[in-house]
Amino acid sequence: MSAPSPDVLAIAEHRRGDLRDVSDQLVTAGSELAGATGGDLHVAVVSGDVEAFGRKANREGVDVVHTVADGEEFNHDVYVQAVEALVEEVDPRYLLAPNSVNGLDYVPAVARRLALPLVTDVVDIEAEPLVATREMYGGKVETEIEVADDRAVLTIRAGEWPATTDTGDASVEPFELEIDESRVGSSVNGFEEVGGGDVDITEADVLVSVGRGIDDEENLELIHDLADALGATVSASRPIVDAGWLEKGRQVGQSGKVVTPDVYIAVGISGAVQHVAGMKGSETIVAINTDPSAPIMDIADYAIHDDLFEVVPALIEEFE
Amino acid sequence: MKVLVAVTEVTTVDDEFEIDGLAIDDRYLGADMNEWDEYAVEEAVQLAEDGVADEVVTATVGPEEAEETIRQALAKGADRAIRVWDDDCAAADLLDVGAKTALLAGVVAREEPDLVLTGVQSGDAGFMATGVSLAADVGCQWAAVVNDLELSPEEGTADVRRELEGGVEELTTVELPAVLTIQTGINEPRYASLRGIRSAQSKELEHVTPGELGIEPATIEGALRLIGMAEPDVESEATVLEGSAEESAAELAAVLRERGVGVEG
Repeated sequence: MSAPSPDVLAIAEHRRGDLRDVSDQLVTAGSELAGATGGDLHVAVVSGDVEAFGRKANREGVDVVHTVADGEEFNHDVYVQAVEALVEEVDPRYLLAPNSVNGLDYVPAVARRLALPLVTDVVDIEAEPLVATREMYGGKVETEIEVADDRAVLTIRAGEWPATTDTGDASVEPFELEIDESRVGSSVNGFEEVGGGDVDITEADVLVSVGRGIDDEENLELIHDLADALGATVSASRPIVDAGWLEKGRQVGQSGKVVTPDVYIAVGISGAVQHVAGMKGSETIVAINTDPSAPIMDIADYAIHDDLFEVVPALIEEFE
Repeated sequence: MKVLVAVTEVTTVDDEFEIDGLAIDDRYLGADMNEWDEYAVEEAVQLAEDGVADEVVTATVGPEEAEETIRQALAKGADRAIRVWDDDCAAADLLDVGAKTALLAGVVAREEPDLVLTGVQSGDAGFMATGVSLAADVGCQWAAVVNDLELSPEEGTADVRRELEGGVEELTTVELPAVLTIQTGINEPRYASLRGIRSAQSKELEHVTPGELGIEPATIEGALRLIGMAEPDVESEATVLEGSAEESAAELAAVLRERGVGVEG
């Protein structure tokens, strides 16, 4: 393959009629990269109301917006074909997409089909030469990855780049594509909101949130007792809901609810990035965890580095 | 139908650890079955118990030490196992998505499964990409981040729920054969029974080399180079409440009361 153009191609993301916030962050990351390569920043919107999405994706720093009108909602077969055709057209050095559930449902397929190196869940990028920073071991370390190729596909983590919200002066160009229906083997039939149960944790002023540190379902009683003593509502991190100990409507995080209570008390929660995404907007954050280096400590306002089974009963006693 | 489950042994890291060059010092490392793969194995074993799957085969890219983890999968009900590895794999500082894809695709070409299950991600490297990449490589359908699965072998389809962000699930139908990446919480992974553990010892666990699958060393080397590793800057500005559990609880109680928590009326 000959050397690519210095351009950057970023694929925006939308869902159920709205361009998602991460798309504006993608523009920021893309502008920085295009600044380093000296190329243009292309943004593509695929499927749905592409005229409206195209207007919104026209942010400062974007040179060309490509609109691909085929399809309504995200369908990975349509996306794979559209993005492959766009890569052929733009011949970018770097292809960027969000590291989202849908991003991860088509980007690895595109990278594989085009034999391009792929770095996912990137939190920082230096270009020329390309070095991508990403975490390993659940956020315990950050690694720097160099890509020994003159092209690369990168998916970026949401929330790591600021959003670009100023309107730009890109040209908006409809991209004509003949979808090969024989290569569409999946269909999206609908969406469902996950049932909330009888409690809306997003309405609570005070949340007592429980994580893996609670060890056993029987120990949950302690958390309910604390919530009762404080007049608080019980929420949880993912492992507790996965285990079926609390209902899905109480899950805080990326795949659960985003909460912004006055006080958020994280009990035995390490604070994985997916969890933090759902609660970092809380007014006051308290963390009770034996591990002083747990990521939850980075965003806590008050911390107790001690055994929850000692601290929680003592705290309940304070309020009885 | 034949189900192939990709099972990874992941490296676990102690809470306290030290980095030595481009790796964490061995003293702080452990190994375990990848958490997401536990759910993929369980899903496959349930398909066998329901009479939908005739055979459950696991595929692992990993060294001989990983066989303990592979035996766990066999003890939970997988029928046999394949492990792919050679010195080139061991020498690669980072087996990238392309390399893992090629190795697993080699197994898929040999086994021709009707369904491939993988975890959404590995708990160590966390690329979250191998399953979808594998599907593209072997030319079958796929779905990423599946938290519910209904198979219709007669229609040749799978109805899945994909767990999107923000408490929204996407209902999707994909044609078989397909690769599905399985999210935690889709089922309740079982513990291996004593009988299962005993029978696992006599189940077939085959070692193949990448060369035997037709994979070139250059593919294993890949294009990604690990050039740096560091602990993230901890920017904790938290006020740490010290003392015994009673003392710190009393301090916290004061903080909470200031904010109106637990105050009567």
